[in-house]
Amino acid sequence: MATRGFLGRRSGGDESTRERLPPGQFLETGFPVLSAGPTPQVKAEDWRFKLKVGPRVLQEWDWTSFNALPQTRMTRDIHCVTTWSKFDTAWEGVLIDDILAEAGIEPPTGFTLAHSSDGYTTNVTVPDLVGGKAMVALRYEGLPITPDHGGPARLLVPHLYFWKSAKWITGLQFTQKDELGFWELRGYHRYGDPWLEQRYTDD
Amino acid sequence: MRWQNAKVTRILRRSETVSSFFFQLPVPFAFAAGQHVIVRLTAPDGYRAQRSYSIASPPDNGPIIELAIERLNEGEVSPFFHDVVEVGDEIELGGPIGGHFVWNVADGGPVLLIGAGSGVAPLVSMIRYRARAGSDIPMMLLFSARTKQDFLFGDELSQLARSDDKFKLMLTLTRDPDPGSGVFSRRIDAEMISEAVDRIGANVSHAYVCGSNAFCDRASDSAIAAGVLRDVIRTERYGV
Repeated sequence: MATRGFLGRRSGGDESTRERLPPGQFLETGFPVLSAGPTPQVKAEDWRFKLKVGPRVLQEWDWTSFNALPQTRMTRDIHCVTTWSKFDTAWEGVLIDDILAEAGIEPPTGFTLAHSSDGYTTNVTVPDLVGGKAMVALRYEGLPITPDHGGPARLLVPHLYFWKSAKWITGLQFTQKDELGFWELRGYHRYGDPWLEQRYTDD
Repeated sequence: MRWQNAKVTRILRRSETVSSFFFQLPVPFAFAAGQHVIVRLTAPDGYRAQRSYSIASPPDNGPIIELAIERLNEGEVSPFFHDVVEVGDEIELGGPIGGHFVWNVADGGPVLLIGAGSGVAPLVSMIRYRARAGSDIPMMLLFSARTKQDFLFGDELSQLARSDDKFKLMLTLTRDPDPGSGVFSRRIDAEMISEAVDRIGANVSHAYVCGSNAFCDRASDSAIAAGVLRDVIRTERYGV
């Protein structure tokens, strides 16, 4: 049903802009911030990243050893479930592929939960993390990531809605099944593909 | 997401930039105070725009829900509401959604609410809900607005604060040349929050902060500095 009197301002821009915008998204040039609590102030020297299978820690890195892993640049469009998208965001960090290679493991299950220092979690399947699709980002636009954007380190899974790109990441945990994370338990979609507009639980 | 076409039954101007829109839900839903709904507008060619708005009415309000919508001139959805929507129009709503920024009487207190501008809406839902439930859980609203005219829900909140000695109200007007007595005239800081906390008996067990991102950061950092535990603070950041 069309809404009486609504024409829409559209996303603006040219055809190529519109083709890059998933349905229901508009182009944002700033970088809005959304999070569920106070912004954690995590010092790089205190930061740790744990790779776990269930409760068992496979390997742990501190800031220095994590920065010694191969660093990769990734420039991607990002899409927030609140309907803004931002083009060509430039990140640098460690591919999940390189984290697994460093740990010397093949993914033991097909599912993970990303954990953050504030207790936030989000579920991401292994196929969405490997093959160069995702990283633990340490820099944004060439600079350390600021705390409000998830610094010192955040997950980057740009092909899914941006709540999957957990801020203040402290670990990745393989789980036996697809366990729901923080927002996924609170009405948001299990998978979150922006091109399929999977915003909410039953979309 | 369950979508329904809700009829606008009333439009109430609350300030120069904020109006409340009341919707009749064909299929009323249960929700918790603090939750929001999604408003979805569809153009004749199928183009859609959707935005989230917090529910300002309390959970036990029957089939009517109230959304306080601030006009953002650069926006696409809020100017449509302010310029085009009339009583009798049908608007598509989805929800309720959000299970984090919510409060139930069973959660207890004392509860500290900190809001700025139209960010007070979900807090008003909590305040109305507590009042209707006849609860005596201590609750404090610290409200930051620009001027007296921006003190949304002002009469209702002031009256409740007068009649219910467990509900406290503190107001700060950041851009009012004559804020009046008993009203602060600066941005929220730790000192102000310390005073708020003292007035509801310390040991805040739940704190809800709603407003712009910058406001939420400032207010939650100030609350932490004032001794409110980080883990009890929940934020709802308005913005895009």
